[in-house]
Amino acid sequence: MNIVVLVKYVPDAQFDRHLTGDPATVDRSESILSELDEYAIESALQLAEERGGPKAGNRVIALTMGPAAAATAVKKALQIGATEGLHVNDDALAGSDATGTSLVLAAAIRSLGDVDLVLTGMASTDGETSLVPAQLAERLRLPQLTFAASLELDGTTVRARRDGDTHADSLEAELPALVSVTDQINEPRYPNFKGIIAAKKKSVATVTLADLGIQAAEVGTAGAWTAVRTAEARPPRSQGTIITDEGDAGIRLVDFLAAQNLL
Amino acid sequence: MPDFSLSEDHQDLVETVRDFAREVVAPVSAKHDEEHSFPYKVVEQMGEMGLFGLPFPEEYGGMGGDYFALALALEQLGAVDQSVAITLEAGVSLGAMPIYRFGTEEQKQQWLPMLASGEALAGFGLTEPEAGSDAGGTKTRAELTDGQWVVNGHKEFITNSGTEISKLVTVTAVTGTSERADGSVKKEISTILVPTDTPGFTAEKAYNKVGWNASDTHPLTLDNVRVPEENLLGARGRGYANFLQILDEGRIAIAALATGAAQGCVDEAVRYAKERQAFGTNIGAFQAIQFKIARMQARAHTARLAYYDAAARMLAGQHFKTQSAIAKMVAGEAAMDNARDATQIFGGFGFINEFRVARHYRDSKILEVGEGTTEVQLMLIARELGL
Repeated sequence: MNIVVLVKYVPDAQFDRHLTGDPATVDRSESILSELDEYAIESALQLAEERGGPKAGNRVIALTMGPAAAATAVKKALQIGATEGLHVNDDALAGSDATGTSLVLAAAIRSLGDVDLVLTGMASTDGETSLVPAQLAERLRLPQLTFAASLELDGTTVRARRDGDTHADSLEAELPALVSVTDQINEPRYPNFKGIIAAKKKSVATVTLADLGIQAAEVGTAGAWTAVRTAEARPPRSQGTIITDEGDAGIRLVDFLAAQNLL
Repeated sequence: MPDFSLSEDHQDLVETVRDFAREVVAPVSAKHDEEHSFPYKVVEQMGEMGLFGLPFPEEYGGMGGDYFALALALEQLGAVDQSVAITLEAGVSLGAMPIYRFGTEEQKQQWLPMLASGEALAGFGLTEPEAGSDAGGTKTRAELTDGQWVVNGHKEFITNSGTEISKLVTVTAVTGTSERADGSVKKEISTILVPTDTPGFTAEKAYNKVGWNASDTHPLTLDNVRVPEENLLGARGRGYANFLQILDEGRIAIAALATGAAQGCVDEAVRYAKERQAFGTNIGAFQAIQFKIARMQARAHTARLAYYDAAARMLAGQHFKTQSAIAKMVAGEAAMDNARDATQIFGGFGFINEFRVARHYRDSKILEVGEGTTEVQLMLIARELGL
C-alpha cells in the first residue's frame, strides 16, 4: 500500500510569532513540522503497520513543498517512521497560496505513480485555511473525507467519522482517496533514537517545478488567486476594563457583555 | 582541541526529548508531585520512545545508542521533572545496566528486552541501613542451599522497587567470608537477581520524601527469599567491584540529570525575570537579578562540560573515575545552588509547591546525597590524587 502524507514546515506555534521584512511576512526562522500533520503521519503509520509495515511493501511517503529548510519537516516525518520523502523546492514557489500549493502537490503525487491514500492534517498551523486537502482531492479526482476524527480501512473501503457540533457524519469511499484528519484521531508518537538514526538512511527526492511540468507563472505570488494586502503585528493587549462595585457591578457587567455581543 | 559539539543524531535526540518533556511531562509534573503518585502514563510513553533502551544494542530490544545519549535525555528530562528523570536514570543505569554488563547471555535475553522497552523496571538493591558507599557494612546474606540462594536482609532507598511494573531487584549480599592476613574478616559480596514476585520479597511502605515525590522509593525486606543458583549476576565475589563500576558510570547519568535541573532553574528564572514587574520595570532589568542568573548559567555550563568530559572519556575507554566524581559533585551542587537562587528570584511564588523552581528546590537536595554524597565524591577525588 502506498500512502502519501502531506507535511508542512511552519513557524513554531509554541512561541510568539513575528513579522519580518518589507512587505512584512511571517518570520519563518524558527520553524518545525506542523503539529497537526503529526496526526496524519500517525494515521498513516498505523495503517501501514496493520498491513505488515515496510517489510510487506507498505510505503509512507512524506511530501512537502517549500524552501530548503522545509526538508526539516520531511526529516522529522522520516524519524517518526515514514519510509521516504519527496520535497518540491523551487524559488518560484515563494508566495504561493492554497491554489498554487494544491496544483504543485497534485503534480507531485501524480509523479509517484500508484497512490492508494493521501493523508493530510486538518489545517496548517500557519495559514489555517484548510483549503489544500479539498483542492488537492478535486485536482486528483479523489473522493475527499475531510476532518476525520476516526479512520479505518476495510479492504479497499475507507471509513471516517466527522464530528460536528450536533451530530457526527459517517463517511465512506473506495480507494484511492484523500483523508484529512483532526487532532482527535490519535496520539502521535515521538521519534525514537533508532528512528532518528534510521531516518538518515532513508531516501528523500527533491524535485523542481520543471520536473513536475509546471510553469513558474502558475504558482508563487504571480499565480496566486489571493493576495495579502498588508500584514501588521497585533497591537499589544490594552488593559481591560475594571468595574468597581458600587452596588451596580452586576448590571454594568451584563451591559458590557451585551455591548460586546457576548450575551 | 576537545570537541563537545553534538552529532546530528544526538542533537535530534535532545530536541525530541525536550519536546516530550515540554508537551507530555511538564503538564502533569505538579500533580504527580503533589499526589506522590508514579507517572505510569509518562513512563509508558518514555518506553515507546525507546528512552529505557538508549544505551543497549538492538538485539536486546535497545536503541543501539550509547551512554552519552542516555545522559543527554536525562538532562532534558531533569530540567522539567527530576522524578521522571531519576525513574529513567535508575531504570537504565542501575536497573538494566548491571545485567547488560555482567549478565550471562540467558540473563540478558530474559530481562533486557522488557527493561529496555520500559514495560518493566528493575531496582538496584545496594544500600542498607549501615551500608552504601561503604559496601563492607553489607549485612544482607545469601546462602547457597540445595541449588538455591536463600537471601535474608534489609535494603534502604531502593528506587523503582515497588511500582506495578517493578519486576526485578538486583541485590548485593554477603555470600561468604574469608580471613585476611591480619586476621580481620573479609566479606565476599555477590549480586543476586531477585524477581519481585518471589515469596519473602517485600517492598515496604514508600518513603515520605522531601522531594522526588513522583519517583518510587522503598525499603525492602528479604525474608528467606529463594531464587535459583543461576540468578547469580556476574562472578561470585565480584559484587563489590561490579557495583563500583556501575556507580562510576551512574555518576555521569546523575550529573547529566543535575545539569538539567540547574539549567531548568536558569530557564525559569530568565522567563520570570522578563515578565515580573517591580518598581516600574521587569526585574530582569536589575543588575542584582542579572548577576544572580548569570552565575546560575555559569554553574549549569560548568556542570555540562564536566559530564560531557566524563562521558567522552568513558566512551573512549579511558580512565573516568575522577571525572565522573567531579561531574557528579559539581552538577549536584549547581542544581542545589541554582534552585536556591531561582526560588529567591521568584520571591513568594518560589515558596509555592506547584511552581517548578520550588519543586527543583525540594528535589535538588538529594543530588548532593544520592549515588554517593558530595563527601564521597571528594574522597574519591582525593584518593585519585594519592591522598
